[in-house]
Amino acid sequence: MRKKKRTFGRVGMFILCAVFALMFLMPTVLTITNSFMSESEIKSNYGMIFSTTSGGYVSETVNLKFIPDKVTLSQYVTGLIKSPDYLIKFWNSLILVVPIVIFQVAVAAVAAYSFTRWRGRIRSGIFFFYVILMLMPYQVTLVPNYLVSQWLGILNTRWAIILPGIFAPFSVFLLTKFMRRIPYSLIEAAKVDGAGEWEIFTKICLPQCRSALYSIAILVFIDYWNMVEQPLILLQDAEQQPLSVFLSSINAGEIGLAFAMATIYMVPSLLLFLHGEEYLVEGIANSGSVKG
Amino acid sequence: MSDRQKDFLHSLCYLSPSLLGVGVFFILPFGVVVYYALIDGVGSRNFVFLQNFIKLFHNSAFLMAAKNTLHFSLIAVPLAVVLAIVLALMLECRIPMKSQFRTFFLSPMMVPVASVVLIWQVLFNYNGTVNEFLLLFGADKIDWLQSDYCQIVVMILFLWKNLGYNMILFMAGLSNIPKDLLEVADVSGASEAYKFFAIKLRYLSPTVLFVTILSLINSFKVFREVYLLTGDYPYEKLYMLQHFMNNTFRSLDYQKLSAAAVIMAIVMVVLIALLFKVEDWFGKDVEG
Repeated sequence: MRKKKRTFGRVGMFILCAVFALMFLMPTVLTITNSFMSESEIKSNYGMIFSTTSGGYVSETVNLKFIPDKVTLSQYVTGLIKSPDYLIKFWNSLILVVPIVIFQVAVAAVAAYSFTRWRGRIRSGIFFFYVILMLMPYQVTLVPNYLVSQWLGILNTRWAIILPGIFAPFSVFLLTKFMRRIPYSLIEAAKVDGAGEWEIFTKICLPQCRSALYSIAILVFIDYWNMVEQPLILLQDAEQQPLSVFLSSINAGEIGLAFAMATIYMVPSLLLFLHGEEYLVEGIANSGSVKG
Repeated sequence: MSDRQKDFLHSLCYLSPSLLGVGVFFILPFGVVVYYALIDGVGSRNFVFLQNFIKLFHNSAFLMAAKNTLHFSLIAVPLAVVLAIVLALMLECRIPMKSQFRTFFLSPMMVPVASVVLIWQVLFNYNGTVNEFLLLFGADKIDWLQSDYCQIVVMILFLWKNLGYNMILFMAGLSNIPKDLLEVADVSGASEAYKFFAIKLRYLSPTVLFVTILSLINSFKVFREVYLLTGDYPYEKLYMLQHFMNNTFRSLDYQKLSAAAVIMAIVMVVLIALLFKVEDWFGKDVEG
């Protein structure tokens, strides 16, 4: 009797999970499949919403469709070849995000080594301060960022976003937590063998946290790949905006194209996800406490 | 040079790139922000102390933005915590395809918001899919983004995006609970509910604290979703603090901006300290 109840519970739980999974996947999958529709199909399906007065058949109601009637790459051709605007914005995104990821992780690695290797009241005070800073929302940090950019004369240039991004304390915090788990005996042993600090850092600490570095890089990447607040305030020039901001300003006549570009914009982060999910999960799991 | 001094120099050496950057880009200018919040203008520079803050609290746009943000956070944050625990507990059960489900639940976090707002617009438009669906049950059509229901739309997007991350944190927390404790509870015939409230939740309390803080911060960032869905001028109930900041940036009213930033910083510090206190009290007997 009891066993029967349990199998029933498991089936129920599985169905529940499947329903949830469907809800979580649906928006992404819909965006991707819709990007393969022709402009006229998009218009007939969603014409009511993104209404333009131009002709063609517009259905009375909205058809949310999973599978296009006819798969076509025409939207991609338009977006990638015919109008260079989108490609430029995609490039803008890359040129902002890639330096931030590389240098934030690099700066953080050195700082995390310092926090791991030497403890003391001042240093734990600084570390605690980093945690507080990490938790501050944009409403707090953007005003100081704006002021500095103005003083340095880098407002409205990419540097206004890249430089504060490089020194954001998130990776320092996470990497320190990883590094502190390296057995101290390893460092002691290297020291006895006469290794200097730089050698200990590059030959012991860094190889030990290779997966941590990767997972932090992924987390930093998606955070900045998705950014909207910083470019809106620090980059007034529309030409330099990343695709994340530009996508929202597409006009109603080009919805099909918008689906295609939205899909292209997902590709880098989805690829990173598929490749590094295990690392990502480990990285998230380790960010799990602000204490210690 | 003694060993201590040498160590200190070394540590400073490794910390300096980060410390210098944080100093230049965050600490130093934040000091100036505090200064700006206390003076009457960048030109005249007279100390007026709390006057800017008092003015801010009489500013109707600020009050509305604060109210909307608070309203959103008060509902969205508990939901983000509770639903994430539910997801984590679901994946703890012995069901097939567990790792696939984890991937599915986590995947929205990797999708830029800008990429999926189109689907949200299709779903929640006046002629959209959700209304079509509700029509089947005889409900009236709602113009979701232009009505008092608008926060719900943004909340769904917020939860969709953030639940996976929180779920991973709770899964990690659950796996740290000593197995023998749960086995003893099983043997003595404890109910699932008892096991959850008396054992699991106790051990999860640091995670609950962290997820609450994290979701709180993310709920302050929800401007992003609102902006991408509705642009610069959303329905009144969606006017968030970041909208207020953006508009103030446009007029470059430094005093207003600085006062608002300082208030936000104080509120955050107080909230975090409070959550720490609550967690200390709640998780006292498990730690150590």
